Amino acid sequence: MDFTILTDYFDVYLEGFRGTVLSSLLALVGSFLLGALIAVFRIAPVRVLRWFGTGYVEFIRNIPLLLVVYIFYYGPSALGLPLDGFTAGTIGLAVYTSSFIAEAIRAGILAIPKGQTEAARSSGLSYAQTMLHIILPQAIKLVIPPLGNQFINLIKNSSVLTIVAGLDLMYFADIVNTETYRTFDTYLFVALFYLVLTLPLSYGVRVWERRLERRY
Amino acid sequence: MKKRWRLISIAAVCALAVLAGCANNGTGGNTAGEGGNAAPAAGESGAGALGKIKDRGKLVVGVKYDTKLFGLKDPASGNVEGFDIDISKAIAKHIFGDEKALELKEVTSKTRIPMLNNGEIDMIVATMTITEERKKEVDFSDVYFQAGQSLLVKKGSPITGIESLTADSTVLGSKGSTSVKNIREKVEGIKVLEFDNYQDAFNALKAGQGDTLTTDDAILYGMAAQDPNFEVVGKPFTDEPYGIAVQKGNGDIVQAVNDTLKELHDSGEYDKIYEKWIGKKPGE
Amino acid sequence: MDFAGAYSAENLSFLAEGLVVTLIVAGASIVLSFLIGCVVGIIRYTQLPVLSPILLAGVELIRNLPLLLIIFFMRFALPEIGINLGLVAATVTGLTIFEAAMIAEIVRGGLASIEKGQIEAARSSGLGSLQTLWHIVLPQGLRRMVPPLVSQFISLLKDTSLAVVISLPELMHHAGIVIGHGYTYTIPILLLVALIYFSVNFVLSVISRRLETRHV
Repeated sequence: MDFTILTDYFDVYLEGFRGTVLSSLLALVGSFLLGALIAVFRIAPVRVLRWFGTGYVEFIRNIPLLLVVYIFYYGPSALGLPLDGFTAGTIGLAVYTSSFIAEAIRAGILAIPKGQTEAARSSGLSYAQTMLHIILPQAIKLVIPPLGNQFINLIKNSSVLTIVAGLDLMYFADIVNTETYRTFDTYLFVALFYLVLTLPLSYGVRVWERRLERRY
Repeated sequence: MKKRWRLISIAAVCALAVLAGCANNGTGGNTAGEGGNAAPAAGESGAGALGKIKDRGKLVVGVKYDTKLFGLKDPASGNVEGFDIDISKAIAKHIFGDEKALELKEVTSKTRIPMLNNGEIDMIVATMTITEERKKEVDFSDVYFQAGQSLLVKKGSPITGIESLTADSTVLGSKGSTSVKNIREKVEGIKVLEFDNYQDAFNALKAGQGDTLTTDDAILYGMAAQDPNFEVVGKPFTDEPYGIAVQKGNGDIVQAVNDTLKELHDSGEYDKIYEKWIGKKPGE
Repeated sequence: MDFAGAYSAENLSFLAEGLVVTLIVAGASIVLSFLIGCVVGIIRYTQLPVLSPILLAGVELIRNLPLLLIIFFMRFALPEIGINLGLVAATVTGLTIFEAAMIAEIVRGGLASIEKGQIEAARSSGLGSLQTLWHIVLPQGLRRMVPPLVSQFISLLKDTSLAVVISLPELMHHAGIVIGHGYTYTIPILLLVALIYFSVNFVLSVISRRLETRHV
């Protein structure tokens, strides 16, 4: 292994690392908010909302992430509002991931006994209040492991940003590679950068899962 | 339950058959690889790298599939066409006496050197500029096309040449091309976005992702021919002599390529190919 | 937007060619990753002394890396150490390694979800540990794995689109070429490609739901 690649191009790697972390964090927040909203739609007492939620989840889950990113990259520009690769990629990631997060949150909500909703409603809370104050806070604890897994996926999936010149780790790795011509070593170091992010998260998810198992 | 398992096992057998097919393809590549790797010791076998190609019965050339005028895949016919393709055919004809003894593989600026060094292709005929840096990785033939770097913009753009570019401009290019390096040197602090291939870079320019796209003028003229909303502006600001690249140490292949180029020039065939694609005679 | 031009007979048959490559690559990878994933998952479940920890490390490593990186690595880094796979074989190998790691965890999880009481009962009624695994744990475990397995297969089919980075002539790559020939085709082609992926995956998920209901 040629460590001079890592030391010579450390700044380039680091710039990509920053792009990957930033995109993943933004997409995490976006996909969580969007996912929670869609999850509530999915179980809402209004039929139109349920249809919308189901349609959204079914459609997005069944098309490739790259296609979602392309839609946000080329679509707005056709309307005269071009989004750059980083922005389009991050929005695409958030939308794609939100469909999985919606399903995880929905499963979490359904795991909370129905009696609680009924009790809250009969004590005078509205449906939205019941969701926000009673059901969601409990559901969140259950869905932390699947959410953690989705975050790990998100970090890994952010690598598609390279295809739309999204200034992420893979993008800068390609640039290092076209200068070093040492593909094996160049991308081995890229793998290390990804593992620095994903391995601790995986470990955290496992620990939390075990804690939940013990409690229930 | 039993029926399902039978189905699964049938599917498994099919997949393995497919994979066996793939493995064969892989082996094809390997043979070429051994040919390449064995080249420095060519004296022993007497066959050399060129001999291996002859034994195989066809020449495998890496060309662009996304570059109009040089190498472009036509969805309607499935054929790849362009200047680089005609040159490749001439080399195949020189070696085998048959221009059909040729297999084309898609390369991009990013993938062509790895694919050559892996032995998957015998040579690169893909709008590749001869540079000192690349000479450390591969061996080049004589110059077979003289290009120069230029700029492509949307018609009506305020950019009229390289002197219009500032640190605030965004330039689009292709990963691994000399042109992105040049533009960074010529315009300090300029923002450059690099794509996997020219197709994506041109799509990005159309999508308004940058102010201009830079690469060799010959490629840019092809893009302008594809979409009349775009035009090439300013004079070429670099020399980009294209060469045909082979694995290091494959001197016998370089010789065959140079002989082919000489034949083409002597017979006037080169000028014909040039005019067919570029629309004028060389040097005009 | 030029729908008529985009959906010309030539373009459609060109996209169909890409779809065939997508389906072949996905089909081969699904079968291989299922077989390898099952073997690895069972070994992980049985907790054999040396082998299981090694596989755990391997599975964790692969699961925490981006598939895009793995596919690129298979195609362009391995040849530097003398392993030269062709274009299709590199894609299938990359997909298989990544998805097998995912499937191994599904299989292990499915087997681990079988109640301990059943295993003890089987053992005390005279079955050996292999027999217990084969007759009691595996059949029930497999049934529980059907839904996560099918969604993993759907992921795999979508993930074949990542092979655009190594120019595999699959559906997304061909879509890019068509768009390159006429920029006004962009939106119509992206919509059509989304519909194609959606239809194929939707059929897969309907089949999986059928399988589930038949066994419950």
